[in-house]
Amino acid sequence: MIAALVQGVLVGGTYALVACGLSLAFGVMRLVNIAHGDLAVCGAYLALVVATGLGVPVLAAVPLILPLAFGVGVVLQLVLFERALRGGVLAPVLVTFGLSVLIQNLLVTGASANPRSLDGGAFALAGFEAGGVAVSWLRVAGFAVAVVVLGSLHLVLARTGFGRRVRATADDLEAARLAGVRVRPVFAGVAGISVATAALAGVFQGLMSTFDPYAGGLILIFAFEAVVIGGLGSLWGTLGGGIVLGVTQQLVALWDVRFAVLAVHVLFFVVLVVRPVRP
Amino acid sequence: MLEVRKLSADHGQLRAVHELSLVLEPGQVHAVIGANGAGKSTLLRAIAGLHPPSSGSVLLDGEDITREPPEQRVTRGLCLVPEGRRLFSSLSVEENLLVGRHRAATGPWNLGKVYELFPWMRERRRQPATQLSGGEQQAVAIGRALVANPRMLLLDELSLGLSPKIVQQMYALMPRLLETGMAILLVEQDVSQAIRVASRLQCLLEGRTTLDGRPRDFTPAQIEAAYFGLREESE
Repeated sequence: MIAALVQGVLVGGTYALVACGLSLAFGVMRLVNIAHGDLAVCGAYLALVVATGLGVPVLAAVPLILPLAFGVGVVLQLVLFERALRGGVLAPVLVTFGLSVLIQNLLVTGASANPRSLDGGAFALAGFEAGGVAVSWLRVAGFAVAVVVLGSLHLVLARTGFGRRVRATADDLEAARLAGVRVRPVFAGVAGISVATAALAGVFQGLMSTFDPYAGGLILIFAFEAVVIGGLGSLWGTLGGGIVLGVTQQLVALWDVRFAVLAVHVLFFVVLVVRPVRP
Repeated sequence: MLEVRKLSADHGQLRAVHELSLVLEPGQVHAVIGANGAGKSTLLRAIAGLHPPSSGSVLLDGEDITREPPEQRVTRGLCLVPEGRRLFSSLSVEENLLVGRHRAATGPWNLGKVYELFPWMRERRRQPATQLSGGEQQAVAIGRALVANPRMLLLDELSLGLSPKIVQQMYALMPRLLETGMAILLVEQDVSQAIRVASRLQCLLEGRTTLDGRPRDFTPAQIEAAYFGLREESE
């Protein structure tokens, strides 16, 4: 029981890590990115390619992957999302859905549909025991990274000029432009952060379990649920939402593993029914 | 100098502004008055770059800026204080000012000067902008534009939703802004306030100019007729 709680909290960190980028992109650009989960999966594949290609451990590949993913986010924003966002409410959903299908099929063609996993080396298998609960270092690291990333994001948004412009743009796009804010770099930066955090989360998912070209769908749904349960627009809320999801999943799995994922969706549904709008 | 030449702007099928022209020179207060829906706000939004005009042009110091985005006009010294204040609700008072400051032109205004103009603001600069009263929010909105050092300040419905006393305080500031060589283009429904400060008065009716000149050259009856479009009946 306690073991399940601990595991749930730790896994929840990774859910929050995927979700924060989704939340940020929606909060600032009103972009519902259906391809967000697939971009996370791309991060895992990228780690696989870089790590085997260079013969380095997966975690050593991360510093290379993050700027690359950031760049991908910027390019996607400038060539794809920006146009889609001009096309009304539905266009971004359709465009990112198309992107999602495209990514999945490219991955199947390039890497086959076989499930893969990332080899974290000895570190991934090591763990420690605390109060009778076996905890893996990898999960602890995943949670710690999630907290650090969310914390840094919070600081960037709260303390820097860029963060101020991001929040101003999210509050009122027109007023931000009237105050001299150039919206393009703001949006590009946010898209970059969004994709980079997704890729990072993808790497951790790949280390902890398996992934295949179609894994993005479930990742996306979990991310959506974490955002909605935690309340839109709040990074710490997103972390809370992720933890609630993780704990629910682990607790239900104690009883019957088959219902673990279903329970999460039911919880999400209940939250939507009971509290559809948050202040 | 700001020059608007035969500017037209549409809302869908509806023409909101009909070939309007105006000239704004440094140190001037140009007041545009008119009833609801006369096209005043659309005119200001088109000058600020938020509403693409369907024809005509906007010139700043002789340079055509008709197609420039609003954020670029800010760096040129053209700032709009939008109707309804539009403060950034998740930002503090000071952060609102800092956003306005970030691409500022060089000039006399900075955060310290704004705090001098509104002494209460320094103490409350850490408060969320939404916690302020309407009048205080309007002051922050003006401050947010001032810190960018505009040469042309566009004010849209300054008095909207504010008590007469606050409105008077706002208008009392204007001489201090004009001292620095700024020009003010003002849109108002509150005609009496506008007349008091304006060096030039332009009345709009359904997107067309019905009156244009120095306020003292018109009788209240003439202004009223132009405002409501009563020309035929009053003649």
